Amino acid sequence: MAIRTTASRQLSQRAAFGLLSVSAILVVVPVIVIILLFVINGSGAISWEFLTQDPSQAGKAGGIFPAIVGTFFLMLGTIVFALPLGVMAGIYLTEYAKENWLTRSINLAIVNLAGVPSIVYGLFGLGVFVMLFNFGMSLLSASLTLACQALAMTVTTSREAILSVPKEYREGSLAIGVTRWQTIRHLVLPQALPGIITGAVLAMSRAAGETAPILIVGAAFLLPGLPQSPFDQFMALPYHLYTVAAHVPGMPKSTIWGVALVLLAVVLSFNILATIIRLKARRRRLNA
Amino acid sequence: MKMSSVLLNSKSVNQSNAKLKTEAVNLYYGSFQALRNISLEISERAITSIIGPSGCGKSSFLRLFNRMNDLITGARVEGRVEIDAISIYDKTIDVTELRKRVGMVFQKPNPFPMSIFENVAFGPRRHGKKNLGELEDIVERSLHQAALWDEVNDKLSQSALALSGGQQQRLCIARVLAVEPEVILMDEPCSALDPVATLKIEELMRSLAENYTIVIVTHNMQQAARVSDLAAFFMMEEDRAGALVEYGLTSELFTNPKDKRTEDYITGRFG
Repeated sequence: MAIRTTASRQLSQRAAFGLLSVSAILVVVPVIVIILLFVINGSGAISWEFLTQDPSQAGKAGGIFPAIVGTFFLMLGTIVFALPLGVMAGIYLTEYAKENWLTRSINLAIVNLAGVPSIVYGLFGLGVFVMLFNFGMSLLSASLTLACQALAMTVTTSREAILSVPKEYREGSLAIGVTRWQTIRHLVLPQALPGIITGAVLAMSRAAGETAPILIVGAAFLLPGLPQSPFDQFMALPYHLYTVAAHVPGMPKSTIWGVALVLLAVVLSFNILATIIRLKARRRRLNA
Repeated sequence: MKMSSVLLNSKSVNQSNAKLKTEAVNLYYGSFQALRNISLEISERAITSIIGPSGCGKSSFLRLFNRMNDLITGARVEGRVEIDAISIYDKTIDVTELRKRVGMVFQKPNPFPMSIFENVAFGPRRHGKKNLGELEDIVERSLHQAALWDEVNDKLSQSALALSGGQQQRLCIARVLAVEPEVILMDEPCSALDPVATLKIEELMRSLAENYTIVIVTHNMQQAARVSDLAAFFMMEEDRAGALVEYGLTSELFTNPKDKRTEDYITGRFG
């Protein structure tokens, strides 16, 4: 019996291992390059004034304060609509829905919801929220539009989080005469909460980065101040980045990099926040 | 015990003592028949064990009494299942009220991921008890009854998941006792436990049998012989539907089985 390995075997082992590890490193390279590039080129533009002042001269001077605030408003507006609906739909689908054509079509719709190009959501928002409901080009229309897009994510993550709660808990609770809804409310949801919040934070960070849909339902290129009501137009970082990069001649390069860096920082910090929540919840579950 | 004198004098179970009863029950999961024509009476304040080989429908039978089979899509019950002569598959039955009266302990200990106190108080809280003093009384009484109080009274606020397997199972029993049931169903409650923890649960069952009607499904024939007053032997028929082979006093069934199949099973010839 040949227990000794052969040279060719060893070689193919090493080749496979090498190829796989190089692939893994290649995946990380773009992320690091992007971050480095933006930090090196953009940090020069970042100043207190840049972050806290209104823009002037078509964005060539002044700051990007309204765009930053507008982006946060948009994230907030998106999640206010997308989270409750997503969680409730997730509860229904995991805890109550029977396996029938209705459930199957809802699931199919959710999968397809996630695959619809964002500009199509924009047109949908323009037709429904801006024109039909007459909300106009506004923060409200944009929030509702992005909420529709975020729904696929909040439903899916809520459902996953609820499903990950062991069925033994539900059985134990039902077996002592606790109703289904009480079981969900007092046992399942508290356990699923970290997963739900993680999904919500990720949905917000995605909303922060969307450009195409908000462009046609409410984002403004330049506004002198902050929106005063949900029915006002607003500025947002990604759209601002698009305009300063593509539509304003003579724009200082460092300003473009600076806007991009701020947008990147907002999105990344939310992603990191989501990771922290997830890790903390996992640790708590292990230690409990 | 008053019960045992009645039982010892009669070979068949005295009907007036029946707490639970099934009459010609068939249970189906979709097109699969899991139980066939089961008629059985379960005595009050006694321990009845359900024994038989794997897959003979013991657990399905147990879950008839708190309607846990309802949770399985496609489950259908024919015949009559009673508690105190009330048909529990009637449309007018409130299943949550039924489950308050008929508690259940599962194979794998399933404490909730919360403190020991909150585990026991979970049921009473959901059933509307808000007063903390009252809840504390319930928790203490239930833990005493479950023979767990002395081991946990100084760490009620700690996570229940940190307890040992045997302690977790007794906590689950305390959680059931806290809602003051009349019947406790136990689905192989010791199969995940070591022999010492098993013995503790068996002692606990004996003491609980003075006040509660207990039905236990077990794989372990020694356990059935040790703890139960009555025993029912189930077996699969050719189409894999579970059927009742023999039912009687545990002492009779184990020493003098009437059916050849029972004898083969308890002497270890199969199963």
